[in-house]
Amino acid sequence: MTRPAVRPDAGQASSATFLGLPAVVPPTAPRGVGMLRGDEPFPAAARRALADAQLRHNLGKATGTIRARRAGVVAELDDWDRLRAAGAAIKDDVLAHLDDYLTRLEEQVVARGGVVHWARDAVEANRIVVDLVRATGATEAVKVKSMATQEIGLNEALADAGIAAWETDLAELIVQLGHDRPSHIVVPAIHRNRAEIRDIFAREMGAAGGVPAPDGLTDEPRALAEAARAHLRQRFLSAKVAISGANFAVAETGTLCVVESEGNGRMCLTLPDTLITVMGLEKIVPTWRDLEVFLQLLPRSATGERMNPYTSMWTGVAPGDGPRAFHLVLLDNGRTATLADPAGRAALRCIRCAACLNVCPVYERTGGHAYGSVYPGPIGAVLSPQLAGVTDNPSLPYASTLCGACLDACPVAIDIPSMLVHLRARVVDAGRGTGRPPSAERAVMAAAAWTMAKPGRWARALRAARLGRLLGRRRGAIGRLPPPLASWTTSRDLPVPPAESFRDRWSRRQAGDGLGSLREGQR
Amino acid sequence: MRIGLFVTCLVDGMFPDVGDATVAVLERLGHEVDVPLAQTCCGQMHVNTGYAREALPLVRRHVAAFAGYEAVVAPSGSCAGLVRHHYPALAEATGDAALAAAAADLAARTYELSEFLVGVLGVTDVGAHYPHRVTYHPTCHSLRLLRVGDAPTRLLRAVAGLELVELPAAEACCGFGGTFALKNADTSTAMLADKMRDVLSTGAEVVTAGDSSCLMHIGGGLSRLRAGVRPVHLAEILASTAPAAGPPVAATAVSAAARAVR
Ligand code: SF4
Repeated sequence: MTRPAVRPDAGQASSATFLGLPAVVPPTAPRGVGMLRGDEPFPAAARRALADAQLRHNLGKATGTIRARRAGVVAELDDWDRLRAAGAAIKDDVLAHLDDYLTRLEEQVVARGGVVHWARDAVEANRIVVDLVRATGATEAVKVKSMATQEIGLNEALADAGIAAWETDLAELIVQLGHDRPSHIVVPAIHRNRAEIRDIFAREMGAAGGVPAPDGLTDEPRALAEAARAHLRQRFLSAKVAISGANFAVAETGTLCVVESEGNGRMCLTLPDTLITVMGLEKIVPTWRDLEVFLQLLPRSATGERMNPYTSMWTGVAPGDGPRAFHLVLLDNGRTATLADPAGRAALRCIRCAACLNVCPVYERTGGHAYGSVYPGPIGAVLSPQLAGVTDNPSLPYASTLCGACLDACPVAIDIPSMLVHLRARVVDAGRGTGRPPSAERAVMAAAAWTMAKPGRWARALRAARLGRLLGRRRGAIGRLPPPLASWTTSRDLPVPPAESFRDRWSRRQAGDGLGSLREGQR
Repeated sequence: MRIGLFVTCLVDGMFPDVGDATVAVLERLGHEVDVPLAQTCCGQMHVNTGYAREALPLVRRHVAAFAGYEAVVAPSGSCAGLVRHHYPALAEATGDAALAAAAADLAARTYELSEFLVGVLGVTDVGAHYPHRVTYHPTCHSLRLLRVGDAPTRLLRAVAGLELVELPAAEACCGFGGTFALKNADTSTAMLADKMRDVLSTGAEVVTAGDSSCLMHIGGGLSRLRAGVRPVHLAEILASTAPAAGPPVAATAVSAAARAVR
């Protein structure tokens, strides 16, 4: 594709707006490819996840541990708030001038011997990568953990083309061998415990055509790591092509950066002849000075480490050192559409640290699969609907209590709760223009708004609600309500409505002897 | 100070005692409290569920109803939070400059009860008496949207006879979330279960908070379990002066219920 028009205000010129929402937006990620949409609405998927006691236990334990570690190392820094503000400001500048920075990045990568490809969406990106691998004659490739390639379903596209892609990040390996889906951004196999991992290794390593797990494998972390090492070593040494993601791209020098904790990524990035990096086009930072901010923010937020263990950087190609060919695939796939919404675009600041997942009370209980997207948790609830379109993910913006823990934890201060509210309005507004009769919810909301629009109506409605007292006659509480309130009383009682509303009580007292009785304190 | 009581629709319709209590505390401190009956609902349920368009007339009504008060006080972190944090943007989006200005002005004058008492009036001892074992749940919007901090616990510590017991994992959301409790009832219930476990582990007779909505959720779960722990709004505790603050709950019944749930 040609370079996209990635001005933040692209597409808004002639639009009528409501609450800042442009009526015309650039295309979202295409259907039928990749992993941005769930097969079922969040509440249904969550319901199944909640019934899985093992999952609940694994998640509670893992998120609790990371949460405590993160809180500890963040508290050490007295300038955390300023670092956070700097991170947000740098990303906002990048997003505001994305077309300039992308051009600069392309020039620098090309000048240093790399090749840059522009992919409008998942389909284009997959085709580019498949063609590049085919051109090398290879039938397999090693991969270092990459959200972007999961997002576009690259492994499936490669498999269709007869190319085997081997995940080399330990957690991604567990997911791949388990024929599973990632459930966390940083720890994709967070839903698995050691015993489950042992079983997967013992069963699948040999079956996948690689070095099998040793006999009598235990679930000791050391033994599991040793088995993975032996299995992966052979993959590294035989692969001619590597496919990576990128955490950052420094526009001023065309340098790419991958941040990981095992060293497996470094093997991928240095051993094969050809390196293909697929990167969302928002991953740019302008300069190395800016990178410094993120290399402080990311490890503390992601894993609770002061410094990241393996930080790999490469700039184009260097003869005799590392890959001989380097391809950078810049992926849009709904990012320009996200950029076009002023109230939603800050989601593109995200550095995928997963701090918001680890503190989220909803994620902690449902796990990542319930979100149906490669991006789960609070950031997934705002990013997936924007990349793929709110009408394809209408339940995700509602998968939150708006408790605000995500905003507090986010190292780039993305106001996820406000964004969720904004996206809910987009979901509702998308349903208005369809000409179909309003949903039951919309009818209820409209009726409530009508009632509350005039104090007289409201007062009469409250008096009518006293009828509810009949429901709680026996027990002094209401244990069962009709729809749409029935789901309240599946687990909660409702108090019996009072004999008199506050406003009626107040009016009566004002008309009578003033506040005398109230002041004496009747309670 | 002439204070307008922003009673909130939930307190108006379901928990009028909380409205009385808020008035009683403010008057005891020597302030004049008025309840503009032109108020109905701030529109939070509509806004937070995606019905901003339906909420706009409510926003207009609310802004007009509270024009002219030096301070507007609500017995709710969540409703005060909506006015403080979302009204300016909601009003701005209408393109009505006068409304935007009025909304921004109201946002700056609107307070949740505990932050008003401690932060604005500088009072922590409101002369209350409440001889019970109490645990406090900081509601998410008072904690993270309004940042009321330790204002509620400072007020509670100054109440004569009150024994404040710390709630484990206090800052975890109770799972209410407005229409979340209906739309995602299963997840909401899973969160509520953990909150109730923590409440019961304290052995408190009373669980308190600054929001009737969250208390209705936690209390509704506890009631379903017949757990014998009462939800009581912070304002009601602060308003209590008479020795009898309610029917006493047998401590043995509470701990038996706690064991049953754990
Ligand atoms: S939204 Fe913020 S906290 Fe969540 S993954 Fe992105 S950067 Fe991290």
